[in-house]
Amino acid sequence: MKITLGAVSKPYTSLKMKTGDWGTHWPKVDEELCTGCGTCEMFCPDMCIEVVKVGEENGKEIKKAKVNYDYCKGCGICAEVCPTKAIKMELKDIYKVI
Amino acid sequence: MKFFFSSGHGACPGCALPIAVKNVLYALEGKCFVVNPTGCLEIISSQYDRSAWGVPYIHSVFENAAAVAAGIEAALKALGRKDEGHVVVFAGDGATADIGIGCLSGMFDRDHDVLYICLDNEAYQNTGNQQSGLTPPGSNTTTTPVGKLLPGKVGKKKDMVAFALAHGVKYVATASVAYPMDIRRKAKRAVEFEGAKYIQIHCPCVTGWGINSNETVKVAKLAVETALYPLVEYENGELVRVRKIKQRKPVEEYLKVQRRFRHLFKHPKGKEIIEMLQKIADENAKRFGLDE
Amino acid sequence: MVRKVVRGFYAVAHAVKLCRPNVICAYPITPQTEIVENLAAMYANGELENCEYITAESEFGAASILVGASATGARTFTATCSQGLILMSEVLWNAAGMRLPIVMVIANRSLSAPLSIWNDHQDSMAMRDACIMQVYVENNQEAHDMIPQAYKIAENRDVMLPFMVCMDGYKLTHAYEPVDLLDQETVDKFLPPYDPPIKLTTKDPLTFGCYAPPHCYMEFRVVMQRAMERAKKVMEDVFEEWAGLTGRNWGGLIATDHMEDAEVAVVAMGSVVGLVRDVVEEMRKEGKKVGLVKIRSFRPFPVEDLRKALKDVERIVVFERAVSFGHEGPVAMELKSALFGHSDAKVYSFAVGLGGRDIPKQLVRKCIEKSEEIEPGFYFEGVKDFEEVIV
Repeated sequence: MKITLGAVSKPYTSLKMKTGDWGTHWPKVDEELCTGCGTCEMFCPDMCIEVVKVGEENGKEIKKAKVNYDYCKGCGICAEVCPTKAIKMELKDIYKVI
Repeated sequence: MKFFFSSGHGACPGCALPIAVKNVLYALEGKCFVVNPTGCLEIISSQYDRSAWGVPYIHSVFENAAAVAAGIEAALKALGRKDEGHVVVFAGDGATADIGIGCLSGMFDRDHDVLYICLDNEAYQNTGNQQSGLTPPGSNTTTTPVGKLLPGKVGKKKDMVAFALAHGVKYVATASVAYPMDIRRKAKRAVEFEGAKYIQIHCPCVTGWGINSNETVKVAKLAVETALYPLVEYENGELVRVRKIKQRKPVEEYLKVQRRFRHLFKHPKGKEIIEMLQKIADENAKRFGLDE
Repeated sequence: MVRKVVRGFYAVAHAVKLCRPNVICAYPITPQTEIVENLAAMYANGELENCEYITAESEFGAASILVGASATGARTFTATCSQGLILMSEVLWNAAGMRLPIVMVIANRSLSAPLSIWNDHQDSMAMRDACIMQVYVENNQEAHDMIPQAYKIAENRDVMLPFMVCMDGYKLTHAYEPVDLLDQETVDKFLPPYDPPIKLTTKDPLTFGCYAPPHCYMEFRVVMQRAMERAKKVMEDVFEEWAGLTGRNWGGLIATDHMEDAEVAVVAMGSVVGLVRDVVEEMRKEGKKVGLVKIRSFRPFPVEDLRKALKDVERIVVFERAVSFGHEGPVAMELKSALFGHSDAKVYSFAVGLGGRDIPKQLVRKCIEKSEEIEPGFYFEGVKDFEEVIV
């Protein structure tokens, strides 16, 4: 363990905390419906949904929302704010009663 | 890291605070010094060796963020480093309106070049929902609990916008996490003013308010749409913009979805409080011309 | 260097100016006010370069402003005392933990209630556990000299802690004394610009003021204690360098007179030392084996130096300017803990001059002589006859 002067910390060290196991649900993006508008990204309180380029069509970028499951706490805000209802919250497999 | 605030922080799922913070930092392109008093945001983001911050950040104590920010600004000035970035405070409502109001008044009065942002989740939520000066009337908190006699908080929500305006703060605005683009615009507009700036952002609290984690944005929007949380903007003391409301909703629609207000629908004094809240909303609508 | 008759507050303000502070912030409180008034006048006249002078809304605000400024890399200064110091205390603990080398002058004054604006050491004693260095000065020349030294010690990378220069309110702050005023060249040669190893900057965005869960909090306290221990050596080095530079040697963490063969040691701090020294000299002339120990640094506490200086004495008379209510005088408490197992000397702790009560020379002498007849313990001296009633 390192003990710094005055307990200062380096930036972004919270990334060591994988919070992806907190929730019971995870968002699943329906790429057919996703328009890559970025609303989910703007709202996500955990910075774990990002609109990324997935391809190109007629010289125009095609963008889709991509979830980082390492950190997603499953709050469901992305699904609520999505204007095209492209995100569904799904129960994680481990919580499913077989 | 375009939001200058990283994943892995300890906020409850659905917390509004990171939504406000990341959009302000995005708008300012990370060119800022953040001061954050003790509270929810501090505790979720600044554990030793687990910092979520990508900008220079300091937490000192609970009631001194405005003064610490003033000190940073003075140091940057004295050292010829003003161009390094804006000085921004993110403080909770208790740190702003209660315990830190003395330092805030001093900072406003001396007109330091500081953007002070109050993240208003309407109670001390970090410690489990105790009432603050910004808790609205009727709210069931652990220190203003509903009892046979009392219907939750008695008294009113302190008017910090008026407080800022009375200090001659050049840019004063309210915002809501329901409208991040508006937050971005207001943050950018604020830093165009030299001197003290104040923005109060309404931030629903999942645990304290008793809502589901996916309802944060919905509830924040209802507060605006009922005119209980009017979004206003003052420049040089003049009201320059408001968010108009298309079809204003009755306050019950906002109240009934939250556990902290649920008792109002059965408590003997509940009706009275609801009527009072509706009156506040009506007055807000009239005063700021919110109805479209 | 030029010798001038000046008042204590000016001697301090002048030295602060020469240290080229970047942010000065204070709130007025008697008898400190004139220190910052003098600095305000220098600021108003453009004598302070690259410096911001801020009048805060309270001492609490002043200390907080300096936390922000110091963390940003500024050299900072404030002065306060009494209620103001107590109001600052939450922030000062915080500044120490954040390892910010803020330098402050405490114009020592008693605490309320009853309200008193006069001198004793109750205020700074209340801060003794805060990991803030405390040096008590005897006269205005020493106060003047301590300012550049305080910065050099506090800003040393082995230390990085706040520093309190404690000078008796009124007795020193308002006293006229001839002082050899330092010049800019001397101070510049002695004190390099402040260049902290870490600071708030967008170029390297660090997080300051983190909270530490139980798995690492203790280690931060360990390193604070280590810094205080290291400060002893740093102080000695700086004091020595100062003596070489100015020819004024104020001693080390302690300073002693006639201790080589002393049977009775008189221990004191602050302006009363001058008076005690006179009494000791007088008694020496009468053939009495009395010596003087002036404690300069109360934090860090000069444990080793005191053990060495006091190893052969039979009795120790301590003049206290404060009380740890429910126990005894704080200096004697610390002293006894330092000497435990190292000395069999009897310790007599006399609280004198609380709340500005005059300390006549005869009283000092009386206490020293009285220690021959009474049991070791804690005594108030210079107290009038009174009757304790409800109303």
